[in-house]
Amino acid sequence: MRKLAFILQKEFRQIFRNPSIIRVIFIMPIMQLIILPNAADYEIKNINLHVVDHDNTSLSRRLVENIRATGYFKIEDYGSDRTAGLEAVERDKADIILEIPNSFEKTLVREEKAKLMISVNAINGVKGGLGGAYLNTMIRQFNEDIRTEWMPPAKTQQGSMIKSTSTFWFNPSMNYKFFMVPGILVLLLTMVGSNLAAINIVREKEIGTIEQINVSPVKKYQFILGKLIPFWVIGIVVMTIGFVIAWLFYGIIPLGSYLTVYVFAAVYLLVILGIGLLISNYSSTQQQAMLVSFFLMMIFVLMSGLYTSIESMPEWAKWIAHLNPVSYFIEVIRRVVLKGASLSDVNYELGIVFIYAIAVNTWAIISYRKRH
Amino acid sequence: MKQFINFIKKEFIHIIRDKRTLFILIAMPMMQILIFGFALTNEVKNTHFAVIDLSKDEVSKKLISQMNASSYFEYVGDAGSYKQLESSFRKGKIRLGVIIPENFGKNFQGQMGTTIQFIADASDPNVANTLVNYATAIVGDFEKSAYSTRSMPFSITTETRMMYNPQLKGAYNFVPGVMAMVLLLVCTMMTALTVVREKELGTMEIMLVSPVKPIRVIIAKAIPYLIVSFFNITSILLLSTFVLDVPIKGNIVLLFSESILFTILALSLGLLISSTTDSQQTAMFISLVGMFLPTIMLSGFMFPIENMPLPLRIISNIVPAKWYFIIVRSVMIKGVGLKYVWKETLILIGMSCFFMMMAIKKFKLRLG
Repeated sequence: MRKLAFILQKEFRQIFRNPSIIRVIFIMPIMQLIILPNAADYEIKNINLHVVDHDNTSLSRRLVENIRATGYFKIEDYGSDRTAGLEAVERDKADIILEIPNSFEKTLVREEKAKLMISVNAINGVKGGLGGAYLNTMIRQFNEDIRTEWMPPAKTQQGSMIKSTSTFWFNPSMNYKFFMVPGILVLLLTMVGSNLAAINIVREKEIGTIEQINVSPVKKYQFILGKLIPFWVIGIVVMTIGFVIAWLFYGIIPLGSYLTVYVFAAVYLLVILGIGLLISNYSSTQQQAMLVSFFLMMIFVLMSGLYTSIESMPEWAKWIAHLNPVSYFIEVIRRVVLKGASLSDVNYELGIVFIYAIAVNTWAIISYRKRH
Repeated sequence: MKQFINFIKKEFIHIIRDKRTLFILIAMPMMQILIFGFALTNEVKNTHFAVIDLSKDEVSKKLISQMNASSYFEYVGDAGSYKQLESSFRKGKIRLGVIIPENFGKNFQGQMGTTIQFIADASDPNVANTLVNYATAIVGDFEKSAYSTRSMPFSITTETRMMYNPQLKGAYNFVPGVMAMVLLLVCTMMTALTVVREKELGTMEIMLVSPVKPIRVIIAKAIPYLIVSFFNITSILLLSTFVLDVPIKGNIVLLFSESILFTILALSLGLLISSTTDSQQTAMFISLVGMFLPTIMLSGFMFPIENMPLPLRIISNIVPAKWYFIIVRSVMIKGVGLKYVWKETLILIGMSCFFMMMAIKKFKLRLG
């Protein structure tokens, strides 16, 4: 026990002696947490619409005016030249082209039906899909209006039989930041923790100080614990700062209890740090360790369900996501913050992370060799 | 000049000798493009939903099975009560609840009018909206198929065409994005680390007393990574064309030139970071923790930039990946020429020059 205390003293000193690393450990995550969630806004607005109106009647103009008035769309240009529309999309000036055919009004009156053409720039599938859907909704709305105006009142009773209503639970204000901030906090915590740990042992190898520890009577597990604990403390501090920022800047207070999050985070950090130490054990230069850590981090982050939902992934990719500890924490922190989940609601995830922690750290202790 | 070439040789030997690093450098981008190209999608698919079916008749069962049959939804069962439904939401088992009222079938067939309620998990407001839209559309279809004879007068229909990406594949967006990320982060990190490493180990001194100009020592460090990047660009493009079915529509020479320009930018940035730090740990923190998330979030590949608030739109301009992403997307997917991306190209050139000059300036200061 006393030996461990000495090692801890050494590790803490080593970390705090380098002021530049302290700055980056704390300031970078704080800055990012303040800035980045504002970028994460999927609510589609200001969609640039290019209207190609071959009809140019009061009806077609009314349709365009209706669409503009909703505020979702900006009319980028209004003309009757099809190629100009395509050109605008190629130049990224327009996202959607709405084409109103010749004699649109006439056809609608005579044949009781008419067709509009919508072309969506679908490179970004979400934006294309949602933008197209909004436009369709607006056209439907316009259609309803026209119908009620043009038809004798008796016939309007023929509306639909099934009405659908919708209720949004857990985030009634539909604030996307409530969804993103906890997730980004998890990522920052993960990156800080795993990078610190990954580079640490290998650094001692590179500088040569590891030899001194190897000839000392320190036990393997004491050595590993001595590395784990300081980073674990830093991780908890970073998370606490993160929650303060989430509260100050975004007004986010978990619906569930902080205790649930902290219990989970305590175990989760062990997993992340353990993975870092493992990388460190198996690398011979810091560069190698960084590269592996970066590789894992990219997979961890992009397969975490933070940006794209795991449910939509193909089966094999779901397996990767299930092996990814980050996905569990993101899922849990969102559930606690937004839905008020309690410890018993997240016991499955907690169990998995717990097993993970034991496995990874045991491996780290075994794979650390005093001889090279 | 001969000495300069010898220095480049030395750096090459460094890289080639470390087989493991070299392997990761070349295999990593390939693996990532494959994993992300297939796995990342913004589509909503197989979303689990539960119902509270208060009528339990033929019609309600038919409606549920119709929802289950669509690729968007997967039925997990009857929750029975609101309490149970809420618990399923909290456990993360479902994202949508469907409440079917009493006498649903009777009212529907008797044309009495009836109301279905959707309850969506709005943790992710976007997905919640999409789910409700899809579900409403399915109910609409369900009704239409039941009353196929009834037609609405004065109906305006729309025909929607998805340009460039008719199947709405996520890969069209993610391939350019992952390319930008891999090239930028790997190059920046690797150059920053190699230079700082020599500082840390003290071997930098030895090189600086050699007759080669200091700036050449530094540039010699970056060149092998330029060549590694060339490999990576080739492998990524091959994989995306032949495995992911994301075709290269534009001029391939232009695409390569732009990619190499972007690599040079990343290398210069790496040199700049290395000249301002003196521990590998700090260099890596800046190039990885500092640049990773901003590159993902502010380059426009995850979140559309025009949706961001003004300050962030301004900040996004200094994210190099943003410009490269625009270029790749335009040239590769839309197939346009230099005429459409010259502005972005100039910005990348400007940034590279700026980083390079800053690096040289800082580097000289250190020596003096």
